[in-house]
Amino acid sequence: MDSQHRKKYWKENLKYLTILIFIWFVVSFGFGILFVDELNTIRMGGFKLGFWFAQQGSIYVFVILIFVYVRLMNKLDKKYKLDE
Amino acid sequence: MDIQTWTFLIVGLTFALYIGIAIWSRAKSTKDFYVAGGGVSPLANGLATGADWMSAASFLGMAGIIAFSGYDGSVYLMGWTGGYVLLALLLAPYLRKFGKFTVPDFIGDRYYSNVARTVAVVAALFVSFTYVAGQMRGVGVVFSRFLDVEVNTGVYIGMAVVLFYAFLGGMKGITYTQVAQYCVLIFAFMVPAIFISLMATGNPIPQIGFGSAGQDGVYLLDKLDGLMTDLGFTAYTDGTKSTMDVFFITAALMMGTAGLPHVIIRFFTVPKVRDARKSAGYALLFIAILYTTAPAIAVFARTNLMETVQDTPYEEIPAWFTKWESTGLIAWTDKNGDGKIQYLPGSAIDGGQPQFVESRGSSGQRMISNASTSPNELYVDRDITVLANPEIANLPNWVIALVAAGGLAAALSTAAGLLLVISTSISHDLIKKQIAPDISDKKELWIARFSAMLAVIVAGYFGIHPPGFVASVVALAFGLAASSFFPAIVMGIFSKRMNREGAISGMVAGLAITCYYIARFKLGWIGNPETATEANWWWGISPEGFGTVGMLVNFLIAILVSRFTPAPPDNVQEIVENIRIPSGAGEAIEH
Repeated sequence: MDSQHRKKYWKENLKYLTILIFIWFVVSFGFGILFVDELNTIRMGGFKLGFWFAQQGSIYVFVILIFVYVRLMNKLDKKYKLDE
Repeated sequence: MDIQTWTFLIVGLTFALYIGIAIWSRAKSTKDFYVAGGGVSPLANGLATGADWMSAASFLGMAGIIAFSGYDGSVYLMGWTGGYVLLALLLAPYLRKFGKFTVPDFIGDRYYSNVARTVAVVAALFVSFTYVAGQMRGVGVVFSRFLDVEVNTGVYIGMAVVLFYAFLGGMKGITYTQVAQYCVLIFAFMVPAIFISLMATGNPIPQIGFGSAGQDGVYLLDKLDGLMTDLGFTAYTDGTKSTMDVFFITAALMMGTAGLPHVIIRFFTVPKVRDARKSAGYALLFIAILYTTAPAIAVFARTNLMETVQDTPYEEIPAWFTKWESTGLIAWTDKNGDGKIQYLPGSAIDGGQPQFVESRGSSGQRMISNASTSPNELYVDRDITVLANPEIANLPNWVIALVAAGGLAAALSTAAGLLLVISTSISHDLIKKQIAPDISDKKELWIARFSAMLAVIVAGYFGIHPPGFVASVVALAFGLAASSFFPAIVMGIFSKRMNREGAISGMVAGLAITCYYIARFKLGWIGNPETATEANWWWGISPEGFGTVGMLVNFLIAILVSRFTPAPPDNVQEIVENIRIPSGAGEAIEH
């Protein structure tokens, strides 16, 4: 396998990582901590939105993020024929 | 049947199950012992990781911490789940591809240095011992609460059970018992939660229930905020910690989670790289079931407590109140002499625990000798949030027994996972890799078994005589993992230029500054303890959140030093190239 091929695979992997880690940061540190007061002015049923992100929403997003990553990487591995 | 009989029955049955699994999954090689033969399915590994991760503190303590800290409790919810995203994306697949047995293995090989390996071993041992001592204590506390035995007797029973399956099966035995333990603990946590949610809101799903309205049509959270602000507490959904501190604590817990050796090694047990990614997803899913339920229980319990006790005459209080008062988890002092309970902000007692005296008060309450001058009359141990749930919801006796079995499953599974790290550090990282590299696999397996035994004895000793630093386990274990392993591993994967000199100086600097800060401001071992106050914290960061600073220092020093020292040798750069692609993980194990 040539190094060009590997480099391209690694670059695409890094692109996915950057996007997913950005979302990870926004839902937890962003919505749950830094902008919690602003979001708390918005309501979702009995929840203030900032509080909901801090104690519920961020965790749901975390789980989804990992499974999205699994799917993306399985596809990427296949595309570059690096799967087992 | 009464509670005691049910508890003996259910706890006895679950213990028999764990021991049966241990006998069935005996380890035959060091590979079995260290990484369960590398053949665990992603689903089973996810379940085992869930049990490994959720300790007695998660099971019994977390809902309580949140109930009594409201929004501030979010640091634990986000911190102890968000780390799994980092693990899945930045560490687990690459470490699985690397395919060795331990975290110091990676550090030692990637940084081509036994000094780096030794720094990693010392950090792993220190982190794991701090953590496991608290767990053994937790086992004892659960036993004493439910089975009416001394805490120390509980520690001995726990030691015997863990020793049995750790000695026989190593990682293999531990993994399959943890699968069973996860099922026990999640069932035990969810059954009372669902009933409480139904009672409070008519919705069986606690996660939705605590955002709904009660029978009076008022949203539960609004009602709780109102109850609390009326009495002078901060509103439940607002915090008292500064945004800065919340940010740093959450980050330290996340990076710490991703750097804890007993969590990382779980991902060495699956067959392929793609399985490592997937099992991190399963692990977080199974953890999230408990972690999203806990804040709901917290709201139900806090609302219930405030509505039930506030201005209620002691004679009319429900039975669960007096029951837990008799065990010392609740204490009430009638400070204004009106015979009613006033629950207000401020600590009702001086010192951490109520000191009970023999006599009874005029209403029949147990008297304490260390009541404070604050108008708050009520002391409530936060563990009660989960413990008293089944009784508050009037659930049958077998549910109460189930909660006991769940608490024990949580404590035992975490203790076992940590003990494995300790025994592996000794037998593999120290003896096989540094002192006697020529020993046979068979001999190493026996050394591993005896190190496990030694580790159980030392952990048990710490459980019975807890050293002062055990209470700071959150600051220490997570802070040190965040400031040492997390940066060293991430840079080892994502930077080909990172070299031995950079990694070692980074780890040492990160560990040193974090240790200093915790010793100064948490333990009071360095400097004048009187100035170890919040006002003197650096940038308002608490010791619990300082691991984030340690991590940043580690990154910074490592990058700086590596720029002025030679690049790693070619064969090491090849290792990095190799771990970045997933194919061929199978062969990599048998070096």
